[in-house]
Amino acid sequence: MYRYDEYDQQIVDERVKQYRDQVRRRLSGELTEEEFLPLRLQNGLYMQIHGYMLRIAVPYGLISSRQMRMFAHIARKYDRGYGHFTTRQNIQFNWLKLEETPDILADLASVEMHAIQTSGNCVRNITSDEFAGVAWDEVVDPRPYAEILRQWSTFHPEFAYLPRKFKIAISGGKEDRAAISAHDIGLSVTKNAQGKTGFRVLVGGGLGRTPIIGSEICEFLPWQHVLTYVESILRVYNQYGRRDNKYKARIKILVKALGIDEFRRQVEADWADLKDGPGTLTVEEVNRVASFFTDPAYEILADHDSQLNAFQADSRSFSNWMSRNVKPHRVPGYAIVVLSLKKPGNAPGDATAEQMEVVADLADRYSLGELRVTHKQNLVLADVRQKDLIRLWQEATAHELTAPNIGLLTDMISCPGAEFCTLANARSIPLAISIAKRFEDLDFQHDIGEIDINISGCVNACGQHHIGNIGITGVEKKDHDEWYQVSLGGAEGNHSAIGKIIGPSFTFNQVPEVINRLLQVYLRERIEAESFIDTVRRMGHTPFKEHVYATDFDGEEEESVDKHAVIPAQYSVPYYSPRF
Amino acid sequence: MIIKNKAIVEDDWTVLRLNEQESAGNVVVAAGKMIVPLKVWLAQRDALQQRTEIGVWLASDERPEDLQGDIHKFSVIAVDFPKFSDGRGYSIAYNLRARLGYTGELRAIGDVLRDQLFYMQRVGFDAFAPRPDRKIGDALKALTDFSEVYQASFDQKLPLFRRAPRKGNSTAGRINE
Repeated sequence: MYRYDEYDQQIVDERVKQYRDQVRRRLSGELTEEEFLPLRLQNGLYMQIHGYMLRIAVPYGLISSRQMRMFAHIARKYDRGYGHFTTRQNIQFNWLKLEETPDILADLASVEMHAIQTSGNCVRNITSDEFAGVAWDEVVDPRPYAEILRQWSTFHPEFAYLPRKFKIAISGGKEDRAAISAHDIGLSVTKNAQGKTGFRVLVGGGLGRTPIIGSEICEFLPWQHVLTYVESILRVYNQYGRRDNKYKARIKILVKALGIDEFRRQVEADWADLKDGPGTLTVEEVNRVASFFTDPAYEILADHDSQLNAFQADSRSFSNWMSRNVKPHRVPGYAIVVLSLKKPGNAPGDATAEQMEVVADLADRYSLGELRVTHKQNLVLADVRQKDLIRLWQEATAHELTAPNIGLLTDMISCPGAEFCTLANARSIPLAISIAKRFEDLDFQHDIGEIDINISGCVNACGQHHIGNIGITGVEKKDHDEWYQVSLGGAEGNHSAIGKIIGPSFTFNQVPEVINRLLQVYLRERIEAESFIDTVRRMGHTPFKEHVYATDFDGEEEESVDKHAVIPAQYSVPYYSPRF
Repeated sequence: MIIKNKAIVEDDWTVLRLNEQESAGNVVVAAGKMIVPLKVWLAQRDALQQRTEIGVWLASDERPEDLQGDIHKFSVIAVDFPKFSDGRGYSIAYNLRARLGYTGELRAIGDVLRDQLFYMQRVGFDAFAPRPDRKIGDALKALTDFSEVYQASFDQKLPLFRRAPRKGNSTAGRINE
């Protein structure tokens, strides 16, 4: 993976110093909260229900065992012993003290990490394919370009105060695993008919209140031009994006308002001036950065270890895990292992300090000391020898990291929800837990097969509910009541789609039954190996809607007398809601 | 007092801001060193360009291209930041410098705070009028927050990868470090 040189380290160290001084000025009253807010936000620090939440960047989801151990250290020393991996491949700590945050950043800088631009109206952490470099369908490794974009966007002077946040995702496989069409800019690095490397560029995708699939602004942009072209997109957006209404300030609204053709014309007019200028990438720079992502010296191994087959026949749990959590690697004899952070009963994406240390050890022993964070809030060991799979599974199982549910119903995406976030209307994590418990039966899950259930606590869509096959959103009605909207038909990947709301919303306790009814229609209607989303596409939404609303939800309401309460769960911290 | 060319200096310019009763065409521009709104410049261009020294300022929703052809007439061009979080002024400055070739004093006015100065100087501002309720000496320090930058802008025409001999991975291809 990429390693800092003296320039990278100096920039991060100077950032710690600058931030430490900003915190000092805030604590002394020299800075008002209003003035400090954008400064701390550009550093990933939010004021949440329980105190300060810090979001730390995991650039394109790639992390070393040493860095993971630092997360464990931070969880223990400054937090309450755990952290939350996010859908943007970052990690969040929820229980921090403002005065300690400069020390946390200094600790992070010591392992080549930071929290720069993990929030605020600036270019955020670049996200990418969690299987980059090892994927069986990879066309071009996106990691060098992700790192080049990370450096380019870090403290870009012109684009630190954009109309709104700005998210860039990049993928390089035939199948898109980075949800590029749901980003402000989506880049697909590919090769053209002549074998030249370049980018298909999408712009104006996004979720939130106004979900939109990104439009193609450039079919094939030769790789040299990626930085200048992105610069021109950002300059047009910075000047003309709406600033009068934060809900209409994302680039997708500008692209919709102008139309993609007019937006492209403006971008290309700006770009004409930059094209082939000094911002153009050089072969030397791409080669330099790519040298950090070259293949390790893989051993020559046979595919399909015979021991594995024998053990699979013996152990149902291992066999389930093999079929769901182990993915093909492009090198024979190796495998990609997804460690599940979705054990039913646990908060999706949460990991304890102990688990972080365990996965760091596993990475050192079985996967060349590296890990990836996935946008579905799991962890990946990307370079495991197939002959190590049994031992790895046994060790990881002891730490609740082998729920065999990757891609299945209980592998849900969930935002932190109302127990942590001041924006959320709904309790996403308890809902995810309650759904997971209802459908815990593994045979049932395997029978249902691939399905994405995504939960967001509010319309801001951090849980990406729009692109869930079944999406659930917390909505507020009168009296701060907690209601849940259910949408159907969303999807990510090459056939991305925005789900449609099926009808009137539901109470907390009704949601698992709603999901059950949707699944019953699927089981009734599916043809052979058809997946849930394919059945939805073939049948349309009507049979699903009809079945969900056909009969009452009985016996539910008695249990839900406490539905108004936002339960601060196991924590005893005074509730306050500063709304940011 | 303002910050100019990284030093605190006296300032004898006056920024003209129109009140509700005044219009660009009929406002009387006082004698002396005045920085007038773009609208006033456009409305009273014939008279104002007779002056030996004149400045103009742009609001964040105005276009620097409106000054094309006039650029050399100004001793100072200012860009107003109505709120520090309104980042349009950064692109205005970049366009004035890089596209329109303005070489005179480019001043940030309005809600100008210490923590934005580093970025402002990068896109081409060389003068800053920090908010009067803040210590100007503190603001000056911000100009040296970082000693290195990755990307090109107006102050630094070459990105780091074209300026510095950066090392690749010497252990490429090896299994562990």
